[in-house]
Amino acid sequence: MTSDTQADASPRRARTWRDIDLRAVAPFAALFLLLIVGAMVNPNFIGLNNLSNVATRSAFIAIIAVGATFVISSGDLDLSVGSMVAFVASIMILFMNSGVIADPGLMLLAAMVLTLVIGSLCGLVNGLITTLGRIEPFIATLGTMGIYRGLTTWLSQGGAITLRSAEQQALYRPAYFGSVLGLPVPILVILIVTAIAAFILYRTRYGRHVTAVGSSRDVARYSGIAVDRVRTMAFIIQGLCVAIAVLLYVPRLGSTSATTGMLWELQAITAVVVGGTALKGGAGRVWGTICGAFILELVGNIMLLSNFISEYLIGAIQGTIIIIAMLVQRSLARKT
Amino acid sequence: MIAGRDEARQPVLVGERVSKSFGEVQVLFSVDFDVAPGEIHALMGENGAGKSTLVKILSGFEQPTSGRILLDGEPVVLPRNGAAESLGIVIIHQEFNLAEHLTVAESLYLGREVSRFGILDRRFMRRQTRRVLDELGSHIDENALIGSLAVADKQMVEIAKAISRDARIIFMDEPTAVLSRDETAILFREVRKLREKGTSFVFVSHKLDEVMELTDRVTVLRDGQWVKTAPTTALDGEAIAQLMVGRELSSLYPAKHEPDVDEEVVLSVKGLSTGYVRDASFDLRKGEVLGFSGLIGSGRTELMEAVAGLRQRASGEVAIRGKRLVPGDFRAANAEGLAYMTKDRKGRGLLLGEGMTVNLTLQAIDQHLRHGYLDPKSEAKAMLRAKRRFDIRVRDDHVRAGRMSGGNQQKLLLAKIMEIEPNIIIIDEPTRGIDVGTKQQIYHFIAALAREGRSIIVVSSEMPEVIGLCTRVAVMREGRIVGMLEGEEISEQQIMRYAAGLRRQLAS
Repeated sequence: MTSDTQADASPRRARTWRDIDLRAVAPFAALFLLLIVGAMVNPNFIGLNNLSNVATRSAFIAIIAVGATFVISSGDLDLSVGSMVAFVASIMILFMNSGVIADPGLMLLAAMVLTLVIGSLCGLVNGLITTLGRIEPFIATLGTMGIYRGLTTWLSQGGAITLRSAEQQALYRPAYFGSVLGLPVPILVILIVTAIAAFILYRTRYGRHVTAVGSSRDVARYSGIAVDRVRTMAFIIQGLCVAIAVLLYVPRLGSTSATTGMLWELQAITAVVVGGTALKGGAGRVWGTICGAFILELVGNIMLLSNFISEYLIGAIQGTIIIIAMLVQRSLARKT
Repeated sequence: MIAGRDEARQPVLVGERVSKSFGEVQVLFSVDFDVAPGEIHALMGENGAGKSTLVKILSGFEQPTSGRILLDGEPVVLPRNGAAESLGIVIIHQEFNLAEHLTVAESLYLGREVSRFGILDRRFMRRQTRRVLDELGSHIDENALIGSLAVADKQMVEIAKAISRDARIIFMDEPTAVLSRDETAILFREVRKLREKGTSFVFVSHKLDEVMELTDRVTVLRDGQWVKTAPTTALDGEAIAQLMVGRELSSLYPAKHEPDVDEEVVLSVKGLSTGYVRDASFDLRKGEVLGFSGLIGSGRTELMEAVAGLRQRASGEVAIRGKRLVPGDFRAANAEGLAYMTKDRKGRGLLLGEGMTVNLTLQAIDQHLRHGYLDPKSEAKAMLRAKRRFDIRVRDDHVRAGRMSGGNQQKLLLAKIMEIEPNIIIIDEPTRGIDVGTKQQIYHFIAALAREGRSIIVVSSEMPEVIGLCTRVAVMREGRIVGMLEGEEISEQQIMRYAAGLRRQLAS
């Protein structure tokens, strides 16, 4: 009863290498290229020691950027993550200094739980202001960015907040400096967080809803998806990731100040975009994000190890990277 | 090759043996097409027949792979990206090309603003805009923001824009899809007036009656091949339809199946008001196909969205099998077995950047969870089932929804909402902008769903559709249900009387 004429104008053929989305591959190709460049600049670069150091140092941005992948995929933006790190870390240290729980082990555990709760709450606040308040996420999180930063400055009275108990410090230190089966703990945490995030984004109902909401709010709404709930949840996941980053940050220095996490939001967003996630929402790429975070850290590392570019230019180089990443993304975009 | 052409008059624009391939796929095969001065030439064919591609090539938005284009008898290479406007070749896009934040006057002069001493001459531009709009018999305020206009008015602005640019050849892609009858009449009057002045039109449309009424010649494409060019008077609607699909159109509409009078009422709406809609009440019985007719802007979509819970209602009650629905809760309505299929398949129906499967299972994703995570195999199975059930034809299973033809998109959208296994299905404009063959298929799907005992509401601006499918037809006018027609009463004349306000039933 129908004509056999209306099949769509796309070629009939097996899936070939041409079907691979170049945007998904590009970040990994760039990483590979950087490794080669690094090896040529300085033979020490490619050593396992150096690379493991780089990966460890990228942990904060990488983990925060995993959360940012959710927020950006769902079509929003969170500028407050840097301030949130400072705020959550300050509260964690203040709580540990308060000495409400005598047993140091129990105290540490309680502090970690509290950190995760505070982080989620900060995310929830961002989410509610954006969705219930119907305020552009750019403006809403610009506001909370100021609030979290201001609260930190107030808590620290403009100075630093330092973990006082030496016993606590000694107990907590391995969380950043330790290693499990030769793998530094921060790298392990990156892998676990990313694996869970990838699972959530690609293999759960929530992940599918994030993609739908980020691609088109209207289509999501007309498909019976609770759009505001999905968006708010993405902000909460972001807050949780910030809290996890804080759990690694506090044992490293045992101290925070009003300048902790300054400009980390930009690095996190850069990592996400370099990783191939579209800034306008839709397709999120968690592993790409991690790759993006490594690239940012590697560039800094190569500049340190080489003599021909001043390391003071690192901000400028990172800025250049995000612009190049956007240009590459657009040129690789397949036409709809 | 070309029939009925006056040998003395040279065509303005000719496409000679035009072929076009995208990658490995050839979509046009050596097509001949010409436009004489002062003629209205209809370009017809099913979706995917190559009409849009041909229009794009003849207006410079695409370059042919082979073949040539002659303008006034001279071979030309048309400048890309709309620059052919300077040669008098204007295209009015199906999807509007207007900036929401500009005024009507600013839109008309966009890109060729008139200035005096380096300062924009707003007064002149406003006056000229008014003149063009008056000529068109349009009431649109030249100072209104585009964003504040109704869809039909936006279409008028597009047409005014083309006219104000002294176009010689105007391509119109489905210009009447969003226009009411009156507006269509005005548009046709203007088109004829411009034809007298020597302007040529290429009119792409699925509406056979409009083609018969307006055009001088018809060219039919099928599968990217030229099939026939003939004077419109030499053809009739049936003949064109057959040329398009290449086979006899057995009955377009399936047999109606009227539910018993005492059949259970599954959906009951009482005194519903929302926005423009006032005090709407109706019942829907099991296995019934209820039509909603009326002019564009009569409040049908608003009413249905309020019934489905996609829009808050100011007052009134909606009950499914006696159970009252919470206002504004679409998900609750879904759970009660009510589905709503939007008329805006690109903006609200499908994720254009995603594949078919993601779209298909979006609304009913819970069915594909195993221990809380997604099971791709189960999704793939559902896709296979849907492809068979709704005859979705694609050459590449991984094609993104945005690249599918309108007909296949519509089938996918229907398949998507059927995934939640609804018993009450509200379909808003079931066949907007799709070809005859697919239309017929969709009509049969609807009838089959009703025979399964599901209840269906068909909202449509195409009267034959409502008449051919529905056993009862509600007519809306200015936000109210003004008539409920049954049996023999269901006819174009009756519906028109109610829709235009000549008659109304006080009872409903």
